[in-house]
Amino acid sequence: MCLAVPGKILETTDLGISRLGKVDFGGVTRQVQLDFVPEAQTGDYVLVHVGFAISKVAEEEARRTYELLRQLAEEMPEEPA
Amino acid sequence: MTFTCPAPIAAKDKVLLGHGSGGKLSAELMRELFLPAFANPVLSRLEDQAVLEIGGGRLAFTTDSFVVKPLFFRGGDIGSLAVHGTVNDLAMGGAQPRALSAAFILEEGFPLADLRRVVDSMAQAAKRAGVSIVTGDTKVVERGSGDGVYINTAGIGVVADGVNLSAAHARPGDAVILSGAIGDHGAAILTQREGLELEGALESDSAPLNGLVEAVLAATREVRAMRDPTRGGLASALNEIAAQSGVGIALREEAIAVHAPVRGACEVLGLDPLYVANEGKMIAIVPAEQADLVVRAMRQHPLGAEAAQIGTVGGQAGLVTMRTAFGTTRIVDMLAGDQLPRIC
Amino acid sequence: MRYLDEYRDAGLARALAARIRARVTGSWTLMEICGGQTHTIMRYGLPELLPPGIELVHGPGCPVCVTPLETVDRAIEIAGRPGVIFVSYGDMLRVPGSHSDLFRVKAAGGDVRVAYSPMEALKIARQNPERPVVFFGIGFETTAPANAMAVWQAKREGLRNFSMLVSHVLVPPAIRLILGSPSNRVQGFIAPGHVCSVMGYQEYETLSREFRLPIVVGGFEPVDLLEAIAMLVEQLEEGRAELENQYSRSVTRSGSEPARRIMDEVFEVTSRQWRGIGPIAQSGYRLREEYAAYDAERIFGAGEIQVQEPAECIAALVMQGLKKPVDCPAFGTRCTPEAPMGASMVSSEGACAAYYSYRRHIPEAQG
Repeated sequence: MCLAVPGKILETTDLGISRLGKVDFGGVTRQVQLDFVPEAQTGDYVLVHVGFAISKVAEEEARRTYELLRQLAEEMPEEPA
Repeated sequence: MTFTCPAPIAAKDKVLLGHGSGGKLSAELMRELFLPAFANPVLSRLEDQAVLEIGGGRLAFTTDSFVVKPLFFRGGDIGSLAVHGTVNDLAMGGAQPRALSAAFILEEGFPLADLRRVVDSMAQAAKRAGVSIVTGDTKVVERGSGDGVYINTAGIGVVADGVNLSAAHARPGDAVILSGAIGDHGAAILTQREGLELEGALESDSAPLNGLVEAVLAATREVRAMRDPTRGGLASALNEIAAQSGVGIALREEAIAVHAPVRGACEVLGLDPLYVANEGKMIAIVPAEQADLVVRAMRQHPLGAEAAQIGTVGGQAGLVTMRTAFGTTRIVDMLAGDQLPRIC
Repeated sequence: MRYLDEYRDAGLARALAARIRARVTGSWTLMEICGGQTHTIMRYGLPELLPPGIELVHGPGCPVCVTPLETVDRAIEIAGRPGVIFVSYGDMLRVPGSHSDLFRVKAAGGDVRVAYSPMEALKIARQNPERPVVFFGIGFETTAPANAMAVWQAKREGLRNFSMLVSHVLVPPAIRLILGSPSNRVQGFIAPGHVCSVMGYQEYETLSREFRLPIVVGGFEPVDLLEAIAMLVEQLEEGRAELENQYSRSVTRSGSEPARRIMDEVFEVTSRQWRGIGPIAQSGYRLREEYAAYDAERIFGAGEIQVQEPAECIAALVMQGLKKPVDCPAFGTRCTPEAPMGASMVSSEGACAAYYSYRRHIPEAQG
């Protein structure tokens, strides 16, 4: 379960009881409820599931771990596909 | 272990939305209801168009009904779709489309201004495709019995000598060619349908393909089959060809183009672009030696700018498989009914 | 698409597969719980990239599949009532109940609508104040916050025509059941990354300690899953049994506090039936007493529905990783996605359905 898609917050709207964000998914946008990610701001990436952001992407952590992966890839001998 | 066969789901006695989606249910309805009732060799070929020998020549004849919602969308409307759809069915049979009929089922209360928009759009589309709408009909049903407007178009075209296309003609070793990126129409419709609230500059790719087909046939007559992947998407069209030709089809994922916003919409809704409808794309199955020629011919036409060979005919008969970007293989199965947005 | 495409990179996938191959000395049986992860594994053919020593089995991670037959029947019954607008996620529409499914209810004239979000159901309720609007609230912990929010908002607005048929299930009790079984073969777990984005991973630390086996919180893209598998293999080869977090770009130890606050406000833990498995204690959510007015189960009390699963269906064994879909005599013949006999063929994320749709052409060597 749990199809959650990463998207970038383009703008936010405060409605008092909830906060909405216009989130871009590679060219299509949707209004997303930001109630569960109070720390997420315009420019941040969030993971969206059923119209709600369930987490903010930790970009620095993503960068760090991805870099480790790429180093691994460079170390491993090239295998035939 | 004793096996007790559970009672199958009882109500197989009503029409379901899935029966109209171009997948397994549609095929079942055709096989079990229409084919046996209308029984004739032309129908049994199950092509998108019927080719009839009349007066020493060959006429292609086809019909299609249009029930799309919303009626007006970016890149077209039910009217232009109705013209393009029938023109394309004729073109896929290698026919030069000549004339269309247009029958309207209008719902009482439907605004005449909207009808005018639809009709004007049809006129423009017909002109662009080089066909005339020569006959038609209008019926009105009571408020609540329709969806604003339903359109049926039927069309005739002329098949030149030496052109012999059929979804049953694919042979192992043939090249599978696709004229461009997939999913545009279906994704555009979804983003404009209420409820899903997806916004984006997605446009339907609805277009008449007879010009592109002419370009291909001018380059070579050695084409086995052509098909436009409409409802059910690329996957359904290829599965049909595989089934009718009794062959397998092996695709390469990396060769299949999907425009970024279409991908985005599909990711959000959990849809696979392979099953999303197209209205301005075509598949051509050609002998391997003709592949480059055909791709080049397509690319020279505005509607085929992103044409590419996406696979070959081969592998287990009746199965469409795809080599993923990882080098692994997956099946591209036939869907039962419509693809639904998922959360899982 | 950022944070998606990079995790589908073929070069990284191959490197991870090579690393796993280089590292493996024994045979290891690994389970992933989440339907979305099963889907990725099948769709990208990941078992083909893994060495023969790694066996992937698929747990009951498809909330659609494990929704009890009684609940599906209840939903169908409610949806068939005149005047009711029944709103559901797309996944549930084709799920067969005892005699019908929501699609057929729609065909027979029921007002059944697909929604991408529970907030759409609220909107429909506002637009149709005179008609009861019932939302089918299924899912794991990932979907619970959104469903809770919808009910909370309905109460706040006094939207009396709105109600939810809740059928939430929780992952840790299912893992506990599998690991606690004497016939358990699973040696390492991939924990569901989006469930953990909401709940954090403390429960999984406990499970790892209690049952002494490695658990890695994994994401949903092929590179995520391969990395999680690589991390599990590393632990197993080194004889470690810890909780590790592969999906750290989305998962933190404590998860989402605001999400859990709303869940806690609206839901309470209860025991639930899992289709194909049976009852698991404290394994689901139901609406609290304060929200009784929005609980479709209480409102539409359809009485006790007794159901019988087909004797032939071995979904329970498949979902615990004790059998493979191909081990089932009905697989692909009497039981297909169009005519599913049991839980794991029912939705495209079910192990049997995913296997059938993507990989039935592979002679069974593994996965």
